[in-house]
Amino acid sequence: MRRVVITGAGTINPLGHDVPATLAAMQAGTCAIGPLDIRDVDRLQIQIGAQVRGYDEADHFSRQDLTLYDRFTQFALLSAAQAMGQAGLDLSGDAGERAGVILGTSGGGLNTQDDNYRAVYAEGKNRVHPFIVPRLMANAAASHVSIRHNLRGPVLTISTACASSNHAMGQALGMIRGGMADVMLTGGTEAMLCFGGIKAWEGLRVMSRDGCRPFSADRNGMVQGEGGAVFVFEEREHALARGANILCEVAGFAMSSDAADIVTPSAEGAARAMRGALADGGIALSDVGYINAHGTGTAVNDRTETQAIHDVFGAHADALQVSSTKAMHGHLIGGTGAVELLSCIMALRDGVIAPTIGLSAPDPACDLDYVANTARQARVDVAMSNAFAFGGLNAVLALRRA
Amino acid sequence: MNVQDKVIAILADQALLDVSDVTLDDTLDSLGIDSMGLVETIFAIEEAFDITVPFNANAPAESGFDVTSVRAIIAAVQDLVKEKV
Repeated sequence: MRRVVITGAGTINPLGHDVPATLAAMQAGTCAIGPLDIRDVDRLQIQIGAQVRGYDEADHFSRQDLTLYDRFTQFALLSAAQAMGQAGLDLSGDAGERAGVILGTSGGGLNTQDDNYRAVYAEGKNRVHPFIVPRLMANAAASHVSIRHNLRGPVLTISTACASSNHAMGQALGMIRGGMADVMLTGGTEAMLCFGGIKAWEGLRVMSRDGCRPFSADRNGMVQGEGGAVFVFEEREHALARGANILCEVAGFAMSSDAADIVTPSAEGAARAMRGALADGGIALSDVGYINAHGTGTAVNDRTETQAIHDVFGAHADALQVSSTKAMHGHLIGGTGAVELLSCIMALRDGVIAPTIGLSAPDPACDLDYVANTARQARVDVAMSNAFAFGGLNAVLALRRA
Repeated sequence: MNVQDKVIAILADQALLDVSDVTLDDTLDSLGIDSMGLVETIFAIEEAFDITVPFNANAPAESGFDVTSVRAIIAAVQDLVKEKV
């Protein structure tokens, strides 16, 4: 079977505007959650989030480009440019036909929708900008990445709520393995921190007003974030032949559906996805050293996920290091799995395990090693990344040290 | 309709029961209202009384809105309605 490796990574998220800054912030246990600076925030009950700060779109894109680039597209383009720069790939000409893009996003151009609904409904305007549709469509980010880098093979967008990125990366893996492409840019992006994006989440009553503290006895819900990450997935022989710097191998992937409740997760479905990813990669339980948990900071997720890890790993569960980086960067919804994959790469390459910050005393029902509050040094051979979405859709990736 | 009757009507509607089948001693459990049903119930209460109910599904006990019985819910709504005026 064709094997797949990662040869480039890029990101812009609340912890940093590139990969080195993000990993340094994860290692330092930085919390990027703070008061939201968005329009109409005074009408929200939830007034915190993890925003991408110190970012001016005009520094990166022309006025003409910005008429077409919603914030979620901007995040994807900036991440993709970094990843392509690191990979050092030349995909000009015909080479671009064997390369593609699969990105995950849940809300797509939500800021564009929010702004324009406000204009026509609240402000009574009867005219909108001509490019609203190409700006808000969920595939805008993937298409612009394809245009920018001449990626002319398979290009599409996957939207499976909080598992979007993991599903996207899993499909990219499958496409390269199956021979449909040699190179895929993949990951995810989300920019949901606008009035409507938060108002909708507020309604579910699962959001915290003061912080994200996964697995901690005093946690009280999730906190939204924004941003994205994009990786260059490349067929291994293709990468070796050109002497590429290999960050790690994408060894296994699996997905499952609970087929049960539209919002409440199931330990059985989560466990099945984790087991599937291990089987797909031919990975022994004892080879896994780190799991980046879905770890949303809601009572029901944290307990279900802990149970699922016990069910899969048995006695080895106690030897695992499990952390949720959402306490630092928030829940990036459709982009979250991509940013979280960075912590897996850090574990494999740098031997640094990102901590779960804000963990004062663990919930008695959560009894794993959550790498509380402080990063740790450890040699890791296989790292896994969990994503469990509303809709009961689970997607798990397993990375192996190169 | 007073607060009590209105709250009972909302709960009965959510539980797919007749209002006469809902007693003050009933609990969400005995009415068959699950966590999603509760979130919908609270939304209906907020809309009906134009109040904001402080409820977090992650920490129901710490929300300051007692949902342990129908009687408790009615009392909590009465307090919030009073605070409004």
